[in-house]
Amino acid sequence: MSAIKLNVEGLNVRFVNGQKETHAVRDVSFTLGREKLAIVGESGSGKSTVGRSLLKLHPPSARISAKAMAFGEIDLLSASEKAMQKIRGQRISMIMQDPKYSLNPVVKVGDQIAEAYLAHHKASRSDARERVMQMLEQVHIRDPKRVYNLYPHEVSGGMGQRIMIAMMVITRPEVIIADEPTSALDVSVRQQVLSVLEELVEQQQMGLIFVSHDLNLVRNYCDRVLVMYAGRVVESLAACDLQYAEHPYTRGLLAALPSMDNRRVHLPVLKRDPLWLTH
Amino acid sequence: MFVLTASVLGARASNTARRAGTVLVTLLGLLALTFIIGRVMPLDPVLAVVGPDADSSTYDQVYRAMGLDKPIWTQFGLYLNDLLHGNFGNALLTGHPVLDDIRRVFPATIELATLAILFGIVIGLPLGVCAASNQGRMGDHVARVITLFGYSTPIFWLGMMGLLVFYAWLGWAGGAGRIDLAYDGMVPDVTGLLLVDSALAGDWEAFASALRHIVLPALILGLNSVAYISRMTRSFMLEQLSQEYIITARVKGLSRRQVVWGHAFRNILVQLLTVVALAYGSLLEGAVLIETVFAWPGFGQYLTSSLMLGDMNAVMGCVLVIGLIFVALNLISDALYTVFDPRTR
Repeated sequence: MSAIKLNVEGLNVRFVNGQKETHAVRDVSFTLGREKLAIVGESGSGKSTVGRSLLKLHPPSARISAKAMAFGEIDLLSASEKAMQKIRGQRISMIMQDPKYSLNPVVKVGDQIAEAYLAHHKASRSDARERVMQMLEQVHIRDPKRVYNLYPHEVSGGMGQRIMIAMMVITRPEVIIADEPTSALDVSVRQQVLSVLEELVEQQQMGLIFVSHDLNLVRNYCDRVLVMYAGRVVESLAACDLQYAEHPYTRGLLAALPSMDNRRVHLPVLKRDPLWLTH
Repeated sequence: MFVLTASVLGARASNTARRAGTVLVTLLGLLALTFIIGRVMPLDPVLAVVGPDADSSTYDQVYRAMGLDKPIWTQFGLYLNDLLHGNFGNALLTGHPVLDDIRRVFPATIELATLAILFGIVIGLPLGVCAASNQGRMGDHVARVITLFGYSTPIFWLGMMGLLVFYAWLGWAGGAGRIDLAYDGMVPDVTGLLLVDSALAGDWEAFASALRHIVLPALILGLNSVAYISRMTRSFMLEQLSQEYIITARVKGLSRRQVVWGHAFRNILVQLLTVVALAYGSLLEGAVLIETVFAWPGFGQYLTSSLMLGDMNAVMGCVLVIGLIFVALNLISDALYTVFDPRTR
């Protein structure tokens, strides 16, 4: 781990809907260097909200506050929409969950990738096209000329996600937020997509925030793990130390994993302690 | 490969055949319904021909000549037979064949409705997009007020107010009719559309006069389409703006305008096409009121006066034409689907 890219301190996100307020993210703090940081937790624990808040892509009903939310020298919290547009895509980008929904259905995939490049580079259409072809090759797509002209409904999930990666990496960003990038994929293509992503992250020395709920995957794939529960970070530890986790929530999650070597008739059910919500 | 191509072609052909069948059945049903309504209504078509002073032998003669002594289905059959031979019958009002009459009055309405739908698109579409991308804020409220006004204001009232203000008081608009009397009949008839014909002839004074006459009724006629198109655009856009690919577009660092027009808007084109086609169709028939107020010598006025006279030949001819237009607009918008949506190719 080297230079700190992201520094988040005491991040709070509240969704306000009339009188009703939902406190989705509570006092979350972490830093990100040139590493792969996982955020794990169950659905609704706020892990995706953290990712989207960093890019300020939260809906208008969300209120964000933090002691610090800095990207290098830039204070993301006070950055204007215009300033954010310069950061998004070019310096921090995000890989979305399901290419079936996250690609525009009526635009050729090649043009969608080119658009990401052209948003931040002054280049001719043909130069951009050339860059897209190179990028498609880097995510191991054979026959990029053909793939360029396909529409999203014509590509498979695995290819769609590699296209998504190409689109988000083409600008050589410093940080990538991957929001459950393999949840929508078959197990068979999952590994392929992950290794493409890993290759690019190492090559370009990016920082990666990997949002997931797959503990086994995270343990092998990432360097560090943040465990979130009900909007809080309950535990933060190195991925290789995951089995030594101390927090009862993390321990409970680990205990609930099925294992080939240790077959059980009933998997234990997580017992939630109301104290976790306040401490 | 060959078998595949053949089966695809076969599927296409049978699809076309099925569609043609549906069209025929629709038109036939439409005709039958109008025909029956015309015969059931307490109107005396014979009286309309012979006049109230005719003696009973003349009356009977005309009654038989019009085939009214035969059963209603025979009458309908005879009418259909005439139609197939391109004979819509003669109109009582003018004495000309109905088809000639329709050909004469139709361009005036087409011109009016086309300009009206252009207004509807040019104003309604950005209004709807603006409302959706500013949901709950100022732009949305402004659009809502305009929409409500467009939906709920009676068109004839607007027409009269428009004439009062812009013609009688301000003198901006041209008033009744399609063109000032001085130019009436001076523009060589090529397409029947005065704006096009005067431009073709290079007669810019006549063009200006025609423009002054058409803008006010077209704006008022188009107001309803403004409301309809902006409302539909708003709801289509709202649906698209909540999709995941919008987030993707924003992640790329695109500006709001690029996200709204370059991504969301491209996805509603197909739905908009149907909306515009439907709006255009209803403008053609909705021209009745505005044509009466503005003494516009078009299809709507022709249809109204034929109805008043109980002239079923003319009415049915008009109904058939309106039906045909609706069907044609639907077919065209269906055909254009494939242009805008790669998933239907």
